[in-house]
Amino acid sequence: MSAAPLPDSAPLTPLSADPDAMAELERTWRSSHTGLWGWLTTTDNKRIAKRYIITAFMMFLLGGIDAAMMRLQLSRPENHILGPDLYNQFFSTHGTTMMFLFAVPMMTAMGLYFVPLMVGSREVAFPRLNAFGYYTYLIGCVFLYVEFLMNTGIDVGWFAYVPLAGPQFSAGKRADVWAQTVTFTEIAGIIAAIQIIVTAFKQRAPGMSLDRIPLFVWSMVVVSVMIIFAMPWVAVGSQFLAMDRAIDTHLFNPAEGGDAILWQHLFWFFGHPEVYIIFIPGLGMISSIVTTFARRQIFGYAAMVLSLVATGVLAFGLWVHHMFATPLPQLGESFFTAASVTIAIPSGVQIFCWIATMWTGRVRLATPMLFVLGFFIVFIIGGLTGVMVASVPFDLQVHDTYFVVAHFHYVLLGGAVFPLFGAFYYWFPKVTGRMLSETLGKWQFWLFLIGVNVTFFPMHILGLQGMTRRIYTYLAATGWGTLNLVASIGAIVIASSVIVFLVNVVASLRSGAIAGNNPWDSDTLEWATTSPPGPCSFPDIPVVTSRDGLWERRDDVPVMTGLRTDRREVLVTTLHEAEPESRHMLPSDSIWPLLLALAVGGAFIGAVYTPIGLVIGTIVALPIALGWAWPKAPTGPEMVDDVR
Amino acid sequence: MQLQIPPAWAGHESVFRPSSEPAHAVFGLFTFMVIVSVIVYVVVIVATFTAVRRSRDSEATPLTQERERSSHRAVTAATAATVLILFAYLLYDFGVGRAVAAPRDAANALHIDVVGHQWWWEVQYQDTAPQRLLATANEIHVPIHRPVLLDLSSNDVIHSFWIPNLNGKKDLIPGHHNDAWFEVDTAGVYRGQCAEFCGLEHAKMAIVIVAQTPEQYSAWYNAQLQPPQPPTDSLRLAGQKVFLSAPCVMCHAIGGTPAGATMGPDLTHVGSRMTLAAGVLPNTPSNLESWIADPQRIKPGANMPATYLSRADLRAVTAYLEGLK
Repeated sequence: MSAAPLPDSAPLTPLSADPDAMAELERTWRSSHTGLWGWLTTTDNKRIAKRYIITAFMMFLLGGIDAAMMRLQLSRPENHILGPDLYNQFFSTHGTTMMFLFAVPMMTAMGLYFVPLMVGSREVAFPRLNAFGYYTYLIGCVFLYVEFLMNTGIDVGWFAYVPLAGPQFSAGKRADVWAQTVTFTEIAGIIAAIQIIVTAFKQRAPGMSLDRIPLFVWSMVVVSVMIIFAMPWVAVGSQFLAMDRAIDTHLFNPAEGGDAILWQHLFWFFGHPEVYIIFIPGLGMISSIVTTFARRQIFGYAAMVLSLVATGVLAFGLWVHHMFATPLPQLGESFFTAASVTIAIPSGVQIFCWIATMWTGRVRLATPMLFVLGFFIVFIIGGLTGVMVASVPFDLQVHDTYFVVAHFHYVLLGGAVFPLFGAFYYWFPKVTGRMLSETLGKWQFWLFLIGVNVTFFPMHILGLQGMTRRIYTYLAATGWGTLNLVASIGAIVIASSVIVFLVNVVASLRSGAIAGNNPWDSDTLEWATTSPPGPCSFPDIPVVTSRDGLWERRDDVPVMTGLRTDRREVLVTTLHEAEPESRHMLPSDSIWPLLLALAVGGAFIGAVYTPIGLVIGTIVALPIALGWAWPKAPTGPEMVDDVR
Repeated sequence: MQLQIPPAWAGHESVFRPSSEPAHAVFGLFTFMVIVSVIVYVVVIVATFTAVRRSRDSEATPLTQERERSSHRAVTAATAATVLILFAYLLYDFGVGRAVAAPRDAANALHIDVVGHQWWWEVQYQDTAPQRLLATANEIHVPIHRPVLLDLSSNDVIHSFWIPNLNGKKDLIPGHHNDAWFEVDTAGVYRGQCAEFCGLEHAKMAIVIVAQTPEQYSAWYNAQLQPPQPPTDSLRLAGQKVFLSAPCVMCHAIGGTPAGATMGPDLTHVGSRMTLAAGVLPNTPSNLESWIADPQRIKPGANMPATYLSRADLRAVTAYLEGLK
């Protein structure tokens, strides 16, 4: 790693006009190996992020199958398809999968793919670390589902409340599996967050000052900062739990001076921001799509950015509203009610700004825009019930009932999954070079909208009729049968919508219309390069002259050059004004990230079965880390004027 | 007075039918919130779709300063309205929160301890006179128009006590004691079930509240204080012998007999209760017989093991327990 000062003299011709330079650049950035070895050693952020997205989508499908099994069991009273043990495994795995293995990794993966492109950079800041993060996450996913198939699937919920998850009441290894799965995603999440922050703050294209950063990038920056502050809490918590279970530390055992409530504070201080970590990227996606399809810059840019930041800050003041029933003193609870209500204001401001943008723009109703309207229809219901459950007396009525199940599925499906599907339709052409079918897209949208409402709206009423959460069955005399059947039918509609999406993806990959660089006539820099982008993304670094981005000079984007072609370099710019500062050399492809991930994975998986596993894993990991960090001789002259 | 389980619990387990002092206040707040939410939702959705319709494929209207200014005014007004609505809501909510925090007439309250177990409820009526202490399980009788103060705790994992018609939920947490209260205004039978995930049989941990007139309640209470009538016929006498010699006696107590264990529910007046196995089965002789024969079939994972009894012994012990009115 080295930073060299920029050459003084101005370049005359862009790299893309020089075939020799282009060929060398291609050689430098392309994976140095082919075949399996190349696949395992690559550090290309776009390849890694694609794997992330595909893995996270597989997790979405698996979590969806878990949910379908739950809906099958609950479709009629006193059903015997799943017993309590299997049902508890299904709901725990569903929650853990969707929260830890689908939602957060999917959102950070979208950031890892698009943040560098949107800020006009060739790579993320730390490509090897990025690969390590992905492999850690992958090991976590495989581990959870292998354990599930071995009948040691987690059965303590996605929240693992002690003492139920503690050594006394959760025999076997199931709670340990939960604690270590969570650890894997914490590592991957924190790594992704660091990448995104550094890339967005230090690698922006020249001229992209802070007030010209696209809103999606802003949303990923806010989320990344939140991850760095929130994830360590659950990291500490889950390791405390693992210690209580493995080496009898009694941190949560009231009989030995520990406290069961301590766990809930640790968990929810992470768990509440987690919800916002999942849907703030969705807000960024909405902003990108609305801008493009209303064909004007977002109304109230500064208000939008401040709203994102305010949401990120306020999200840390809400955790106790998951614990009103434990309870807290009334004055303390009032504080958290007020904080929970206040967070509705920045959400409101963003919604009003989007409406103003559409009102004054010229709206095209392509599929991404339909999903934005779906977001409005679904998410706002979840937001309003969210304000309702901020009330302590009302929350005590609906807490841990299906009302809350309905509420957060409206928030998370509306606030994260609708925008995500919109973003898939919007960015699929950039990633693959081909358009998704609009006809199938409209089918998918309507099925999804109907399915979500038919599944989750009746749950509001079920909760108010007394149906509590996490129950594997209910008596016929409760009268909950009809609405549960309706909800289960809705789940079939959601499943068919997802199948339409998969068909659309497969068909479009084979025979979709060729997209071209900028099929939607969007404004942000990812559309300035080819679809799909080449290994180095931007042969010439684009220069930003206004917030309008590509709309400013559509076919004549100004570029700068001066980065070397014989080794991987990115341009480092200043934090505030994004003035060129230095060149930063990136490492080449490497197998070390994969090896280290395997060693760390071995340590944590070993720790499930014996505390010594952690020691052995660490001993194995140390030389690998050393190998990774071993300094190499410089590959070329450091101070060279390579002006073209 | 013979109490019957309602044929269907709908209405007896519902936030929509508040039947106590705190529940009425919360339902009022809920109604207010629903009305405001529906109005806000309709306004925002109509604005969204109007924005899409009027601007869809319209000719390019230039973004004049004037249009941006009017948008700015509209967004500011909408934000101000949001803040005002939320502020009004906060004030109303804090008012309700204060009102439902504690009963006004706490001095006159009936004190009951509820202890959560996997997966049943232990109930202990408190009294200043030790001979008037009363232990029962899974069914709480209360007088109407008198505040009931509950002391909630747990001996194993976290449970949560919730009767939708009567009160919001409170957790039962090992190492902690929590309070809850309600003052029932309509006599009747109410149902609730554990609201915090507590393991395998979380789904089958229900409780029944029987709200009676003060006279009926006193009569019930005094009857419960008495030990049950000793069995007189030969079948029930045999049943008592079976109970006292079989594993039953290791976990259960029956007043007036040597059985005094506290691992499982107190069975002193089990025959007078409406349900079995914590609200899972209506209390009928045939249900009791199948429960004793194989609890794991009805509530897999429950801590009560199957007891291997001969057909005759099973009938006898069932008759004995059903006679414990």
